[in-house]
Amino acid sequence: MKVARWTRTSKLFTGGTAGVAVALACIPLVFESDVVQKLTTLLILVLLAAMWNALAGYGGLLSVGQQAFIGIGAYGTVFFADQGVTPYVAMILATLLAGAISLPISLFALRLRAAQFAIGMWVIAEVMSIIVRLDQNLGAGTGISLIQMNQYEPNFRQAYTFWLALAFTAIFLVALFLLLRSPLGTSLQAIRDDEDAARSLGVRVAARKRLLFVLAGFGCGAAGVLIVANTLFIEPGSVFSVQWSAYMIFMVLVGGLGTFEGPIIGAILLFAIQTTFTQGGPWYLVGLGATAALFALALPRGLWGTVEERLGLRLLPVGYRVVGAKGEERAA
Amino acid sequence: MTLLNAALQGVFLGAFYAVLACGLSIMFGVMRIINLAHGDIAVLGAYVVFVIVEHAGVSAFIAFAAALPVMVVLGYVLQITLLERSLKAGILTPLLATFGLSIVIQNLLQLAFSPDVQSLGGSAGALTTSSWQLAGGLSVSALGLVVLVVAVLVFGALQLFLARTRIGWMMRATAEDADAAELVGINSRSVYAWATAMAVAIAALGGFFLAIRSVFDPVSGPTQLIFAFEAVVIGGMGSLWGTLLGGIALGVAQTLGAQVHPQFAVMAGHLLFLIVLIVRFGGGRAVLRAAR
Repeated sequence: MKVARWTRTSKLFTGGTAGVAVALACIPLVFESDVVQKLTTLLILVLLAAMWNALAGYGGLLSVGQQAFIGIGAYGTVFFADQGVTPYVAMILATLLAGAISLPISLFALRLRAAQFAIGMWVIAEVMSIIVRLDQNLGAGTGISLIQMNQYEPNFRQAYTFWLALAFTAIFLVALFLLLRSPLGTSLQAIRDDEDAARSLGVRVAARKRLLFVLAGFGCGAAGVLIVANTLFIEPGSVFSVQWSAYMIFMVLVGGLGTFEGPIIGAILLFAIQTTFTQGGPWYLVGLGATAALFALALPRGLWGTVEERLGLRLLPVGYRVVGAKGEERAA
Repeated sequence: MTLLNAALQGVFLGAFYAVLACGLSIMFGVMRIINLAHGDIAVLGAYVVFVIVEHAGVSAFIAFAAALPVMVVLGYVLQITLLERSLKAGILTPLLATFGLSIVIQNLLQLAFSPDVQSLGGSAGALTTSSWQLAGGLSVSALGLVVLVVAVLVFGALQLFLARTRIGWMMRATAEDADAAELVGINSRSVYAWATAMAVAIAALGGFFLAIRSVFDPVSGPTQLIFAFEAVVIGGMGSLWGTLLGGIALGVAQTLGAQVHPQFAVMAGHLLFLIVLIVRFGGGRAVLRAAR
């Protein structure tokens, strides 16, 4: 018996993923800008789902306030661009700003448990929203456009934004992938499985959670940056809306909480639903809420978690598995 | 003296928050869960009253009395269908399930009623308009006084219920240790269901007060939840009278904040809440250490 991480399928698939990323990078060269804009939205959803899953799936931190960082990313971009910084540089700065702000917030937020953390984060997002509403330079309550983007020809602008989205998504997914596969990742998965047991074995739970929290701060900030780059207009009512948390929860719960692949599947699913029901509307949201609640109760491991369990399938392996003497495999 | 008057109005506002928070506090005290759909349930209660007023043409108070049994049944059913299952599945599941429920309630209300704002102020009679001017620029509205008195009565009745009645004893025992309570023959399922039924009924009272003091719409719930939760935390989680005081502290913070700047009202409440969290959980020391 030996312990293995890779299987033939997972090697093929991981290699394939890199191929998909390269293929995606060619999309702006081939397709119209409205397709590119839609796919940018998909990448934003993937990024958001992966970040929320990093928090909840591995850190046991259920936040309904990640829109705080989305807002910092979006408004940070507008702020830096207004100072005369080139828009795409402003976007990088705003992402760094969101990550930097997540550190002091983590110092106190991570002391809260369960519902206190969830609603505490929500209140932090509300506070940020009020601060923006009080600032005339940021358009107060009525919103603001990223006018500096007008300097680019629309097709090029859409292509640049898509490439930025692809780069951000790739960077954060690869960072999470490598993090989960490192020795640190083993302790993170131990926390996911049983926080108290992990602590008693000497895992520094607080430090590990902080790492995830800051990563998610960066990632959600990047998503906010992409949102303003993709839509060119933001208002506090929508960018700080708790609806973002609803989307994140839906994607992660349906895809598979605490699995690497699940949130990506959840994001693709939500994207498909959004494209089908373009006018949105209450019924669509009733469906989202009910599905999320049902998955939480009846299928807590989500679609991918269930597939993984039943078939022993690993595509992007972050854990280990026991390989039997006769070549039969069991999930570890 | 305007400051003193602002504080007095804050007490009345806070009594309303305390009523909103009461059900949240009960459920946390008995089951250790926070119902993220609590605010939406309060708003649902307001809509039930609204429907009765529209169809039967009665006063808002009679309509509320009719709505109360509906809400009790709803709370009972909510517990045995949804919350009971989520309780068994770990600490995050109740939050996820009730968050989903919150979105469902908001959007079903959007479908059943328009997104327009509604108010029951008009069907509550002279209560909403009369007020008295006291010496020193203080003003007392009849409605504010009624809400304050009702809040104190609700919390007092709850205290008596928990201290004197058989179901109250069972609730306290289950809250203390559900497994041990089961051993002495208490059916924790039924205790939980009654606790939720009570919580939902009191949430509906909060929704009713919301509807007669101001306006509501299908998406008013999340804000009410945040205020209710802030009241519970400020007052100390799990303490019943603490919740009443927490609600009043929140109300006073908001009305005093409004004196600084009208848009600062809600912000002041949020800041009080965050400060209480920092002080209570010792995060303050960590922040100071990092600052050095």
